[in-house]
Amino acid sequence: MKKLNILLAGTVACVALSSSLAHAERGADGDLKILFWQAVSTMNPYLSGGTKEALASSIVIEPLARYNEKGELVPWLATELPTHENGGIAQDMLSMTWKLKPDVKWSDGSAFTAEDVIFTWKYCTAPDGGCAQAAQYEGVKNVEAIDPHTVKITFEEPKPYPYSAFVGAQSPIIQAAQFKDCLGAKAPGCTAANFAPVGTGAFVVKDFKANDVVTFEANPNYRDAAKPAFASISLKGGGDAPSAARAVLETGEYDYAWNTMVEPEILESMLAAGKGRLESSFGTQVERINLNHYNADPALGDKRSTKEAGPHPSLTDPAVRRALALAIDRDIIVEAGFGEAGRPTCNIVPAPEVVASTKNDSWCLASDIEGANKLLDDAGWLPGPDGIRAKDGVRLSFLYTTSTNSVRQATQELVKAMWAEIGVDAELRNASASVFFGGDPASPDTFQKFYADVEMYTNNFDGTDPEKYLAEWLCDKVPSPENGWQGQNIPRYCNPEFDKLLGELSKTADIEKRNELAKQLNDMLTEEGAHIPLVHRGDLSAFAASLDGILMNSWDSQIWNIADWHRKK
Amino acid sequence: MFTYTLRRLFFAIPTLLVISFAIFALLDLAPSDPTGNLPLTIPPEVREQIRASLGLDQPFFIRYLKWLQQFFINEPLNILESLTGWQFGDGERMRVLSWATRSPVVDLIVQRLPQTLWVVGLAYLFGILLAIPIGVISAYKQYSIFDQIGTFISMVGYSVPTFFTGVLMIVIFSSHLQWFPSVYDTNLEVTDFSSLMAQMRQMALPVAVLALYNASQITRFVRASMLDNLHQDYVRTARAKGVKEKTVLLVHVLRNSLIPVVTVIALGVPTIFSGAIITEQVFRVNGLGQLLITAVQGADIPLVQTLTFIFAVLIVLFNLIADVLYGILDPRIRYD
Repeated sequence: MKKLNILLAGTVACVALSSSLAHAERGADGDLKILFWQAVSTMNPYLSGGTKEALASSIVIEPLARYNEKGELVPWLATELPTHENGGIAQDMLSMTWKLKPDVKWSDGSAFTAEDVIFTWKYCTAPDGGCAQAAQYEGVKNVEAIDPHTVKITFEEPKPYPYSAFVGAQSPIIQAAQFKDCLGAKAPGCTAANFAPVGTGAFVVKDFKANDVVTFEANPNYRDAAKPAFASISLKGGGDAPSAARAVLETGEYDYAWNTMVEPEILESMLAAGKGRLESSFGTQVERINLNHYNADPALGDKRSTKEAGPHPSLTDPAVRRALALAIDRDIIVEAGFGEAGRPTCNIVPAPEVVASTKNDSWCLASDIEGANKLLDDAGWLPGPDGIRAKDGVRLSFLYTTSTNSVRQATQELVKAMWAEIGVDAELRNASASVFFGGDPASPDTFQKFYADVEMYTNNFDGTDPEKYLAEWLCDKVPSPENGWQGQNIPRYCNPEFDKLLGELSKTADIEKRNELAKQLNDMLTEEGAHIPLVHRGDLSAFAASLDGILMNSWDSQIWNIADWHRKK
Repeated sequence: MFTYTLRRLFFAIPTLLVISFAIFALLDLAPSDPTGNLPLTIPPEVREQIRASLGLDQPFFIRYLKWLQQFFINEPLNILESLTGWQFGDGERMRVLSWATRSPVVDLIVQRLPQTLWVVGLAYLFGILLAIPIGVISAYKQYSIFDQIGTFISMVGYSVPTFFTGVLMIVIFSSHLQWFPSVYDTNLEVTDFSSLMAQMRQMALPVAVLALYNASQITRFVRASMLDNLHQDYVRTARAKGVKEKTVLLVHVLRNSLIPVVTVIALGVPTIFSGAIITEQVFRVNGLGQLLITAVQGADIPLVQTLTFIFAVLIVLFNLIADVLYGILDPRIRYD
């Protein structure tokens, strides 16, 4: 009997040992099934610019450094992060030097060298190529190899924050040998390379069906012999967000569904099946309501929302802008439309934590209908017979537009009801996202033209440094017919003080000081009512209960650490 | 008949040219933008460069002529080359490229066609096979219980949209009963019995949804046409001659009733190719319908243009076939 016990114990120990070993073996966990409700069109992020393509390609191709789940930069294909301290960034801020990991191999077995990094820069900056990530390489004068594993980037002017080229999922390194004949106008013709780029990542493309399904298998030359745990991935695309969430949470057909932005109550009922879980992470996305500083009266025709139309008759009154902000109860909006994937915010730069201001939270986060009413009373906006406030014949009745999306339409309704309590009327309208965000100068419905009094959408910035983003509120970035309605200062906010402070930010290299300036700029925009920040939006994805090792990341690709994903034992 | 067919084919050329121009002009006037779905973090200058690289900076007529050349000259030459192995010129021809995938549109269509033909084609076939017997019995036993139930089901099938029946089927058969998958696996290859069963299981729901819809429509035609014929004099004559009731029904009445039905079926064939946009989307079948709808959403104009034009060609062609068939089936009709 004793013998038997020992035998049994031994067997159990053996089984336990082998399963923990299996953990550390490449391909031991079989197939990983991913569902994207927007299908992947190409595996080359330089030709697409879409988030789904950047995500899918991050399984295969990698940058020199990327952001971890906390928004910190970590070296990826480089040995360390260049900084002022380690001499990686020159004192004059005109150049930086990356040291590449020496033992990295492409999936075809060839060595990864500085030439590939240089080629990537050439590929994206070649004329007529229409590279979608060209902004990542803005201000780069030259990229050269010091030796096969050292790359020096030279900038046109001092760059206080240089981490953009070759950093993050938007700017991965592609193989020079594979893409050498695909420069410039020839880029789209290289279908085979664009659909199956050779990479350094944990997986390689086995089969690509455009706008449908991508099959990957473990990269035999991956630098960590024990990874990835999965032998293959199939990434299916198409459908809609609710059914994608259902396939993971309710039917259990898939392991991971990306971006399951669905009304919280629907997700709740799916979670009841117990087959999976939701995880969220927060980046820099903020749903906001822009207040038009120019007159958008339809009677003005083509002059609407331009300088010629003159200032907005009511929205230029600081009391009105403040009252509109005070009337909004963000908690209700978050609860109804965003659930776990939203937090009330009063900042346009909500993250990372070091730049997130709390200065305006005291007055702005909670709604204050009484205060708002008093503010309007004092400013002379008095309720008319229909309950709508007016002053000198100008009624507080606004045209409120946004893109077509069920959560946005529900939010519109809520905001309209909240504003009604302070005697402000809103006419709701929405336009299809591809029109609203399309930027067609001939269309009157684009968010840039802003032929409305207020409009709502989400924007964010790449990486963790908000300088470029805050520069969008500069006076000269106002969209107008002269610049073809381009320019990102959609609210038409213009304050010389803001411009001056931003100039200071662009010259400052000290991180602490930069953060402080960014906070000041952010506070200025909220206090002066350039817009009303509503919700700090996160990313929400569904995962099968059996999946482990996930670190949700809103700063980089959500699947940045796919090499570490595995099945729970 | 032959000269009639030739004449119709000849007239189809200007018709199709006008259609292609109308599609192109409509798409050009539509306020959508291929860079519209990109993240807002991509600055306007870069968007402008992307548009230029897609050829959008050129004038309308140049773009239209380029598409004509690519579609009517370059693509057929390419197909000929790949079929025969001959080489025309240097083989470096500009093909119709999709904007979203940057790959040739024709390759995408070729990749998608089998799924659409299998799922939508099979549903059409099942729909017809179901519809004819139901229609015949319904008409023969007019106002019977069978007729009432048949009418009810076909009314439901016809009026309830497929995006509702599709999701309903998923909720019942995939979520609750777990009998069938809710997502179509396009990588499944039928190699043995178990993979064949898997293929049949994943096709079951979309085929059922579409077959119900098709059958409902055709049943109504069969029933109406049968009823028209059942009261004709020749039916009474046949019965008076002592012909068996079965022969009267299935040979005399059915054959005559099928003449308009065959036309309706022929006219419906192009819709097989255009896929069932909604059903394919619901079940994630990577067919032509899904290809079209993603292209429309992403403002992938070359793909939308090419697909809609191919559908237009099929519609013109099957209209002609329906007319010719009508002439063959009904000897009273002569075109010459």
